[in-house]
Amino acid sequence: MFTLEKRPTPSRFWSAATPVVAVLLTMIAGGILFALLGKDPVVAIRTIFWDPLFGEFAWYLRGQLFVKAGPLILIAIGLSLGFRAGIWNIGAEGQYIMGAIFGASVGLAAFPTESRLIFPAMILAGAFGGWLWGMIPAILKTRFNTNEILVSLMLVYVAEKILSKAALGFLRNPEGAGFPGSRNFSSYPAASNPELIAGSGMHWGVITAFIAVIFAYILLQRHILGFQIKLAGQAPRAARFHGVNPTRMITLCLGLSGALAGLAGVFEVTGPAGQISIDFNVGYGFTAIIVAFLGRLNPIGILLAGLLMALTYIGGEMASTNLGLPSAAIQAFQGMLLFFLLAVDVLTNFRIRLFAKGAV
Amino acid sequence: MTTEALLTVQGVTKAYPGVIANADVSFTVGTGEIHALLGENGAGKSTLVKMIYGLIKPDSGSMTLRGVPYAPPKPSAARKSGVAMVFQHFSLFEALNVAENVALGMETPPPMRDLAGKIRQVSNDYGLPLDPSRRVGDLSAGERQRVEIVRCLLQDPKLLIMDEPTSVLTPQEVEILFKTLRQLASEGTAILYISHKLEEIRALCDAATILRRGRVVATCTPRDHTAREMAELMVGSVLTPPERGAKQDWPGNAAALQVTNLSVASPIQFGTALKSISFSVDKGEVLGIAGVAGNGQDELLLALSGELRSAPGMIQSFGENLGARGPNARRHKGFVSAPEDRLGHAAAPDMSLVENAFLTGNIRKGLSKNGFINWTATRDFAERVIKAYDVRTPGSHVAARALSGGNLQKFVVGRELSQEPAVILINQPTWGVDASAAAAIRQAILDRAEEGAAVVVISQDLDELLEIADRFAVLNGGRLTVPRPVQGLTIDEIGLMMGGAHGMEVAHVHA
Repeated sequence: MFTLEKRPTPSRFWSAATPVVAVLLTMIAGGILFALLGKDPVVAIRTIFWDPLFGEFAWYLRGQLFVKAGPLILIAIGLSLGFRAGIWNIGAEGQYIMGAIFGASVGLAAFPTESRLIFPAMILAGAFGGWLWGMIPAILKTRFNTNEILVSLMLVYVAEKILSKAALGFLRNPEGAGFPGSRNFSSYPAASNPELIAGSGMHWGVITAFIAVIFAYILLQRHILGFQIKLAGQAPRAARFHGVNPTRMITLCLGLSGALAGLAGVFEVTGPAGQISIDFNVGYGFTAIIVAFLGRLNPIGILLAGLLMALTYIGGEMASTNLGLPSAAIQAFQGMLLFFLLAVDVLTNFRIRLFAKGAV
Repeated sequence: MTTEALLTVQGVTKAYPGVIANADVSFTVGTGEIHALLGENGAGKSTLVKMIYGLIKPDSGSMTLRGVPYAPPKPSAARKSGVAMVFQHFSLFEALNVAENVALGMETPPPMRDLAGKIRQVSNDYGLPLDPSRRVGDLSAGERQRVEIVRCLLQDPKLLIMDEPTSVLTPQEVEILFKTLRQLASEGTAILYISHKLEEIRALCDAATILRRGRVVATCTPRDHTAREMAELMVGSVLTPPERGAKQDWPGNAAALQVTNLSVASPIQFGTALKSISFSVDKGEVLGIAGVAGNGQDELLLALSGELRSAPGMIQSFGENLGARGPNARRHKGFVSAPEDRLGHAAAPDMSLVENAFLTGNIRKGLSKNGFINWTATRDFAERVIKAYDVRTPGSHVAARALSGGNLQKFVVGRELSQEPAVILINQPTWGVDASAAAAIRQAILDRAEEGAAVVVISQDLDELLEIADRFAVLNGGRLTVPRPVQGLTIDEIGLMMGGAHGMEVAHVHA
C-alpha cells in the first residue's frame, strides 16, 4: 500500500529532475517495446539517441536537428504561454498550415518580381494567417463560451482541407504540368528561406525560434504580462482580484500562439519544405504540445525539449530505415515520452508514502 | 447530571509531518453531558473529533464508548455505535429538497413519505422547524444546519458532536439551538460541543476541556470562570483588547466611500444578488456589516473592490464615479480589499509570498515600471509585511499554501493595510486566526482608521464588529439595513436587524 501526500511546497528537485527521469523511463520502456519487436534494444536506443549526434552521418544530421527543432520550439513557446494561463490551444497544426498558406500566397502573388520586401511581407502574412486562425476559437470562447480545445482542434481539419484545395487549386504551380503543389520557393530567391550557413541547418525560422525563447523568458521572469499569464493559470479568481481581464487574456494567448505557429509555417514552407503541397505539414503543431510539456512550459526547457524531440525524429527515421522498425513504433516511443513525463510529474507536488499493511 | 462515563479518551496522539496535532489527550464525556472542547484554531480540536468520528486513526492511545473499547475504522462504524456529527461546513446538495438530502446521508433510507413524516416528527419534538419538501438552495444557513442536525437525530445518537455550530446563526437562532441541545442532554444524549465563543459555552456547557497546541491544558466548569479567564487559558497569555484613538474630524464634505442604490446580479451560482444597497463611510470611520453567510457578503465585496462592475454612479469616492471601473483603477484611488477566501482568491496558492505581494501591491507601491516588475522592491515590500504583521514563515520565497490559515490571513491583511489606503474593504478579517493575532489585526485596522482611512468590515463575528465598528448594518438577502451607531445597540436589536430567527413563524404553527 502506498499513498500520495501533497507536498507543502512544490519540490524544486523533482521539477528539474522530472524530464530526465521521464527520458530514462522512456528509454527503458521503449527498449522493451523494441525487444518485443525482435530488435536489439541497445542498438535501437543508440541509433535514436547517439548516432544522430556522434555517428557516421552526424555532420549532416546535426544540421537537421535545428531544421526539425526550429518550428517545434517556435510553436511550443507560443503554446506554453497559453497553457500557463490555462488556455488550451490544441490546434497549432491548423494555425501552422494557415500561416504557410497566407505567407506562400503573398510570395506567389508577387512572382516573379524581385524585391527585398517580399520575404518580410510573407513573414508578416504568415503570422497574420496563424493569428487569424487562433482568433476563431478565441472569439467563440469569449463570446459564446465554447471550449477552445474542441474548436481549435476541429479547425486543424478545416485547415487541412484548405491546404489540399490550395495545393490542387488556387496555389498550384501553373508550370507544374498538372502535378499538385505550388511553385518551389528555392527557385525564387526573393521569397525563399535558405540555409544561412551551408550544412548548419540554420535558417531564419531557427533564429526566430531562438529569439522567441529569449523573449518568452524575459516575459515570464520580469514582465507583468508574464506574471498575469501565470496567475490566470494557477488561480483564476486571484487573477481577477489582481485585475486581469479574462477576455483579454484569452484573446492574447490564442492570438500569440497562433501567430507563432503561423510564423513556423511560413518559414517551413519557404525553407525546408520548399513548396505548398498536400501534406507538407508533418504534425509539428501536435508534436509541439509534447515539446511544451516536456520543457515544463519553461522557455529554456522548451529549447532543450525541442532539440530532444528533433533527435527522436531524426534518430527514429534512422532506426526505421536502418533497423526496419515500423514508424508506428517510433511514434509510440515519442508518445511514451509525454506519458512518462506526466506520470513522473506527480512527484513535483506529491510525495509517495509507504504504509504498513493494514493501515489506512 | 453527569452519571456515568459515555466516552473516555485515553492518551490519544496524532502527528502529521512537521506538526503534532494531538499529544497525549485524555478526557471523559458523561452521559447527558454537554461537554465543550475549547481551543484556538490549530489547537487540535478538529483532529480530535475526527478521530472520535472515525475519519482518521490515532497514532497511539485508546478510546472507550460505554465501557467498550472503541476504534471506529470509518464514519459509518462510528454512526453505528451511536456517534453522530454536525460539521461546520454543511454537506448538502442545494438542488435537492430537505428529505432527499437527509435520505442521501442514510445507509438504508426509508420510503420518502415515511421519511418526510419522521423529519416532521423529529423537528417538532426538538423545536427545529423544517419543511421536508423545501429545496435546500432556498434555505437560510440556520435552516441548513437544522437539516444536518435532524439527519443526525434520526439515527438516535448517544453522542452528538457539533463543530462550531453557532458561527452561522443569528442570536435568536442560537437560542433555539441551545434549547434543542439542552432537551437532548436531558434525554441522555451527550454532546461534544466545539467552539471558541466563550460566552456561549458559559451559557450552555456543563464541562470544558481546553486544548492548546494539541495538549489538554485545563479542564473546568465553564459557569465558574469568566470568559476572559478561559480565553487566557486557551491562548496561554494575557490578552489586551484593541484600543481606538480619539476620533478626529477630517476636513472635506465628500464621503470617502459613497454607495448609492447598488444593485447587481451575483456571478456565483446560488449566489445572492445585491438589491439597492446604499450607505456612505466617511474618512476615519469604521462601518461594520454583519449577517449570516450567503446573504450577499461575497458579492458586496466583489462589487466594492471592482471585480464585479456596476453602473458608474453606484459607487463613488470623494465625488468620483467608480462603479464601472476595475480593481486596478480603484487601487489608484486608494482602495484596498481583502476577500474572505484567502487561498485562491486573496492569494495564489502556488506562488511565493513575494509574487503574492505583487498581486495587489503593484499599483500603490509602484512595484513595476513600463510593465517590468521590480522584484527587489517587491521582495522588500513582502518582507516588510511579514515583519510588521508577525507572519510566521521561513521566508518570503515560500509558497502561500505552505502557510497556516492564520499566518496567511495576517499576510493578506498586512499586505493591504501596508499600502497607505484611503478605503479599506475587508471580508472576515480574523476568520481562522488565533486570538492574539486577531487582536493585532483589529488593532491595525483601527490604526488605519485613525490615520483617516474609511473602513468597511464584513464579518460574521458580532463581537468583533461591536468591538471595532463605529456604525453597524446587517446584510440580509442581498439588502442592507440602515447603518446605526454601535453605541447603545443591544444584542436583541441586532438580532432583529439580522431578521430574527428564520422560520420562527413555522415553529409557532407546528407547536
